[in-house]
Amino acid sequence: MNQTVFAPWDDPKEKPLIRFKGVTKRFGDFTAIDDLTLDIYEREFFALLGPSGCGKTTMMRMLAGFENPTEGVIELSGQNIVPVPPNKRAVNMMFQSYALFPHLTVYDNIAFGLRRGDMPKHDIADRVDEMLKLTRLEKFAARKPHQISGGQRQRVALARSLAKAPKLLLLDEPLGALDAKLRQATQFELVDIQEKTGTTFVIVTHDQEEAMTVASRVAVMDEGRIMQVATPEKIYEAPNSSYVADFIGDVNILTGTVKPAGEGLYQVHWSEGREPNIAASDKNFSEGQTCHLAVRPEKIAISADRPADADNALQGKVLDIAYLGNLSTYHVELQSGKVIKAQTANTRRVSRRSFTWEDPVWVSWTATAGVLLDR
Amino acid sequence: MTKMSWFNVTSITLGFAFLYLPMVILVIYSFNASQLVTVWAGFSTKWYAELLQNEAFLDAAWVTLQVAVMSSTIATLLGTMAAYVLVRSGRFWGRTLFSGMIYAPLVMPEVITGLSLLLLFIGIGLDRGVLTIVLAHTTFSMCYVSVVVSSRLMTFDQSLEEAALDLGCSSFDAFRLVTLPIIAPAVISGWLLAFTLSLDDLVIASFTAGPSATTLPIKIFSAVRLGVSPEINALSTIMIAIVAVGVISASLVSKRNSLRIQRDEQAAARAA
Repeated sequence: MNQTVFAPWDDPKEKPLIRFKGVTKRFGDFTAIDDLTLDIYEREFFALLGPSGCGKTTMMRMLAGFENPTEGVIELSGQNIVPVPPNKRAVNMMFQSYALFPHLTVYDNIAFGLRRGDMPKHDIADRVDEMLKLTRLEKFAARKPHQISGGQRQRVALARSLAKAPKLLLLDEPLGALDAKLRQATQFELVDIQEKTGTTFVIVTHDQEEAMTVASRVAVMDEGRIMQVATPEKIYEAPNSSYVADFIGDVNILTGTVKPAGEGLYQVHWSEGREPNIAASDKNFSEGQTCHLAVRPEKIAISADRPADADNALQGKVLDIAYLGNLSTYHVELQSGKVIKAQTANTRRVSRRSFTWEDPVWVSWTATAGVLLDR
Repeated sequence: MTKMSWFNVTSITLGFAFLYLPMVILVIYSFNASQLVTVWAGFSTKWYAELLQNEAFLDAAWVTLQVAVMSSTIATLLGTMAAYVLVRSGRFWGRTLFSGMIYAPLVMPEVITGLSLLLLFIGIGLDRGVLTIVLAHTTFSMCYVSVVVSSRLMTFDQSLEEAALDLGCSSFDAFRLVTLPIIAPAVISGWLLAFTLSLDDLVIASFTAGPSATTLPIKIFSAVRLGVSPEINALSTIMIAIVAVGVISASLVSKRNSLRIQRDEQAAARAA
């Protein structure tokens, strides 16, 4: 079982395809990328995730060759690519606007890159046909970009950037222009195509759900720095900072001070003076250290009476209920005024809602439900 | 269609009359049989026939056409290059000065442009003729071309050029294969603008033309000073016809194109 897991980042013998070494990029006084070091491995589907202005697009443009780092080195297969111009890099990019050439047909758009090289004519035709088939565009080869729909344009852009079989494909918000339904279907299609072609994909997105769905690893960025690089599960279940925990999904963050309780358990004391919580952590905390306890809403149970065996239980009253169809999120106000979000799945269609506004309730979670963070 | 109020009808009538009445009169009198311009003596096309015999006018027309084609072509080349540099190169040392200097001829009085060119040509000992008119026309029409082309380049999606570079184009290939075909309509209209400007220029041409080469506007102007002849009316009518045919066909073509694109996009949206 272990052999089939794709995790080159855990293998010290594996050589990364891309290596950012101490890369800094400044635009005038503004530092877009701040001393960044990162390895991306072959066949990875790597997501750069962050709010707008966090530097993710700058990183992508540096990989494509449209921007040069102010300091540092970017390596592709061990070669420094900083001095290499974009047209000489084995890297292709799929643009956010798709950037399809409006005066050329779908076929000519896909063939454009191939014709720039010294590929024989019949090989070009074969390759374009292969790409048309891969992206299911055979019927539209003779159309111009304005004669096809948005989803089809997206596939033309993908086919065009894959046609030259690049070592690395960059995707800049590739699904941003599609509507929600089409976006979901296309996400799986992207993963499929990535697996079929075996190309390394680096995707830039601000949509955390999209990053989690498609990526083998996600890098969460903020203000030119990488906050955490890990698999989607690790990012979600074991964030390394309250920024990451807060950026990915919904979370309750409680701030207090630590008191070790032995066997990897810690007591968390709150400034408000309510009874301490118990949380497990692999990391070492010293007594009195400030910490943040991050607990996901779906890991918090809600009940009318105090559960007997819960590690942590707090009393409050229901402030708000957000009905999302499949889930309901309860906003519970504690006596201190702090609001805790607890989520329950609506597994039965017809059921009386157990709690309503202003009901006194208990929220509870286990010692391992939350993550103890030092920042 | 809503019924127009009497006020609107009057303004439109007055407006069109103001614009076109002089031309209509000119066209009508070009078919006048009489030698006298102001007396109607029946329909005739004899002035058109005489025009074809008039060597001086034909020579001037030929010179005008040569000058217009050459100067507008050179102006389009230079103007497009200037526009590209201005829009694409971002900030470089002296950019404001450069753009100011490109657009200055737009507001420069023609008399001054003409005079300064004349002094220059005398200074460097260049004989006045077709070449000097071409140079002079290129100078002032280039800035019109660069205005037209740069306004198109500003709305041009730069990622198209980046995509071309990304797919292996050199900068020149990216311009030749992607940018130029897309901005071609603006370049063509810049050329047409330069062409018409050159065609009807009188002031600058009269400074820079020499005895060996005279353009049609100069010829007409000097002929009219000796009295308006029906021949001139005929010549002007032909020029109006040429311009009208050009403008109408250009607008028909562009209207048909935009209709086709609209139809295609609707079809694509329905098929999706």
